[in-house]
Amino acid sequence: MTKYEGIRLDGVGVTLGGTEVVANVDLDIAPGEFVCLLGPSGCGKSTLLNVIAGFVPATGGVFVGGHEVKGPGVERGVVFQSAEALFPWLTVRQNVEYGPKIRGASRSECAEISERYLRLVGLFHASDKLPSELSGGMRQRVQIARVLANEPSVILMDEPFGALDAQTREVLQREVDRIWRATGATIVFVTHDISEAILLADRVVTMSVGPRARIKTVAKVDLEHPRDLMDPRALALHRMLRDDIGSEVNKSLRAQGLLTEEAA
Amino acid sequence: MSVQGEVMTATREPRRRRPFLSRWPGSGAAMTVASIVGGILIWQLLSLRLPPLFLPSPRDTVLGAIELWQDGTLQMAILASSGRILVGWGLGLVVGVPIGILMGHFRWIRTLLDPYIEFFRFIPPIALVTLAVIWLGPGEMSKVALIFYTTVFLVTLNTLAGVRAVPELRLRAAASLGAGAVRTLWTVIVPSTVPYMVTGARLALGNSFLTIVSAEIVSAEDGLGALIWLARNYSRTEWVFVGIIVLGWLGYAFDRLLKYASMRLFARYGVNG
Repeated sequence: MTKYEGIRLDGVGVTLGGTEVVANVDLDIAPGEFVCLLGPSGCGKSTLLNVIAGFVPATGGVFVGGHEVKGPGVERGVVFQSAEALFPWLTVRQNVEYGPKIRGASRSECAEISERYLRLVGLFHASDKLPSELSGGMRQRVQIARVLANEPSVILMDEPFGALDAQTREVLQREVDRIWRATGATIVFVTHDISEAILLADRVVTMSVGPRARIKTVAKVDLEHPRDLMDPRALALHRMLRDDIGSEVNKSLRAQGLLTEEAA
Repeated sequence: MSVQGEVMTATREPRRRRPFLSRWPGSGAAMTVASIVGGILIWQLLSLRLPPLFLPSPRDTVLGAIELWQDGTLQMAILASSGRILVGWGLGLVVGVPIGILMGHFRWIRTLLDPYIEFFRFIPPIALVTLAVIWLGPGEMSKVALIFYTTVFLVTLNTLAGVRAVPELRLRAAASLGAGAVRTLWTVIVPSTVPYMVTGARLALGNSFLTIVSAEIVSAEDGLGALIWLARNYSRTEWVFVGIIVLGWLGYAFDRLLKYASMRLFARYGVNG
């Protein structure tokens, strides 16, 4: 079994093209914790995830399991929103075995690993299909299996279900919840969907709208899994997060001159 | 069965009336045949009114083709031209693809080669025929070199564009799965670029036909270009027509073959005609 690690962000700032998009973010994520970064588009939540993934350089310190992040690495698996991240010329099984092969797993080990994780995401029957033959939801399952097969210390998910229809999204949210509980993984999950965050997260982190985006609130979700979104406590939390994000959206609209005072 | 029928009817779009004559009655194949027969008919009618030295009739052309076939000239010409094209084009691919990949991947190589690419892309192979003959002699080498020149540019430029178009996401995915620079190049960038390479190869094959004719007209004893040119010496305009028509067919056949083969071989890389 993989050992999952914690994440620490220490005064993280990101400057892209001369604009400081994220400023001074501190965040501690415990091993095995599920944290959702929630906010409207443009709030820097994906940027922050890309910083942890090592795709975007940042000031301040990013640490995973005590080691400083200096670039992309196998100990941080990433599930992307777009299935373009899959290798379309490789079968489902070959996509999943891509990581294990690099770290030198033998052919039989690779087969064993891909079988285990494809079974976990319910796609073993489609092992020999190409990504183009799968539905959007199945492709995201392949991405999840591919990341799990690499046995990372943390899993980063960048709006993984943002491009799926509502029904498929709901099914996959339950799947991620189940997989998280089965593996004990540390997961950072970016979303703009409040229900999704409440359904999945131990803690929901909302961010203020950039430039100079920072963490606005951190809400603990103390509900047992699997969760019921109609639970009064979930509803209350939903309302609070909605108001919280809504004020940020309004602030951003006002800044762009798209919202007048009386409308607000 | 009946269920399937129902589903079919349910999903079929309501039939809309098309504007008058927006679609000719009859299938696509019938239209193609009609178009070709019509063309030959017009050709025949024109040839009735013009001297054969100016415009030989379709019948003269067929007879000329049979004549050239029987004494082996036509087969020799086809083989000679095809051979030059295939060798020059093949070498062009072998050299153009790696250059395109390296130029796309390494900025310093791109910067280094860019002035030459930008300059020579405006110089058509025909402009180099004389030089090719002076430097490489009137034999096979000069013709193959010109086809090679034609191919290398198109393949390099297309491959380069392909490398630049690899989705950033895919590179990021490879990096977080542990792929280093060399492995990413080999297992992500090269496969992602295959459709661009195929496009470059097809364009180059088409242009090779342009090049080969001019090269063979200037200096060759055999080949379709030479056939077209030498026919003039014998005042046999119908041989010119034979040469031109065979060129058209040959080019079409090569392109179809390449398209079919690349679709069969590279379908999973996103090559779809």
